[in-house]
Amino acid sequence: MKRIVLVIATIVLVACKENKTTPNAEKEGVETSEAIDLEVYDFKGLEKMLSTQSDTTYVVNFWATWCKPCVKELPYFEKLRSNYKDKNVELLLVSLDFPAKYESKLKPFIKEHNLKSKVVALDDPGMNTWIPKVNENWSGAIPATLIFNKTERKFFEKSFTYDELETELKPFLN
Amino acid sequence: MKTLKFILGITTVVLFSAFTLIKDNQGYKVGDVATDFTLENIDGKMVSLSDYKDAKGFIVVFTCNTCPYAVAYEDRIIALDKKYAKKGYPVIAIMPNNPEVQSGDRMEAMQARAKAKGFTFPYLMDKGQEIYPQYGATKTPHVFVLQKENKGNVVKYIGAIDDNYKDANAVNQKYVEEAVDALLEGKSVKETHTRAIGCTIKV
Repeated sequence: MKRIVLVIATIVLVACKENKTTPNAEKEGVETSEAIDLEVYDFKGLEKMLSTQSDTTYVVNFWATWCKPCVKELPYFEKLRSNYKDKNVELLLVSLDFPAKYESKLKPFIKEHNLKSKVVALDDPGMNTWIPKVNENWSGAIPATLIFNKTERKFFEKSFTYDELETELKPFLN
Repeated sequence: MKTLKFILGITTVVLFSAFTLIKDNQGYKVGDVATDFTLENIDGKMVSLSDYKDAKGFIVVFTCNTCPYAVAYEDRIIALDKKYAKKGYPVIAIMPNNPEVQSGDRMEAMQARAKAKGFTFPYLMDKGQEIYPQYGATKTPHVFVLQKENKGNVVKYIGAIDDNYKDANAVNQKYVEEAVDALLEGKSVKETHTRAIGCTIKV
């Protein structure tokens, strides 16, 4: 399916651009024609992603496009992903944007910032029930971050710098 | 087998979160006496809890202009004041953000918002950001219900306004109302601590 879209996109692009088809333009064409697929979960659905029996270490960040400190630290999570992708570390960015903003804000944001980490949306108004399930200590302020693997688990209700994030991740990798 | 694994997984999660739980929680707990303050209101006057001679208690709401969750609750905060001010529990709203960091929360912006929404309660600037840390507010909106007793204003409830930020019509539990109703009837508050997503206070 993806391939078909790609081919069509390329054809459209070639047709529009006439004789100016460079490999670069082709790439751009694919990017803009690819719709962002946003997975939306209630907490029950998300909860499955908050524990593991595998050897992977997960870094889960709760954020929203309207949350300034969250947006500020996103590049650090992205950098962490790219620096540790070979060390069995996976990133998950859980957006708490309002559902009405998925199309107008969240998806354009993901595209604009070219986020490589997996982004999912959590839509579950029963916050008093699910917040303590993420961590008993979480008051509900975002940004908040969870780092876990099959044996350890740590929760942070705070903003991170890249160095702090790396410092917290490292003990999980030993 | 799968179920067993799942149970084991959950147990591990619970155990580990139990151990990471031990953190110095600053701020008030239910039963603590809350500090009074003297903060500037949007009309330029200074407001203290002690000004309210006839109040039986207070609904202190840390809120702001710029947080979508706080905005989603504005009408419900107004409704709380309309319902409970006359019963002796007025709303006192405090804006905890640093306006230098969050320009949308400057005094002029607060005045404009209060006027546009028709706030019936004081909307105070936590100038110098000294009050919210004493309460232990971590986000907007964050509510503290206080009851006036001989020893001072005692914290009776900390947390969310209700259980549905998205839709006021889909609310099942109105936590703040339940707390204040209990206090008005001389009963103890059943659910003293709830949680909701909110925006970090900008320092």
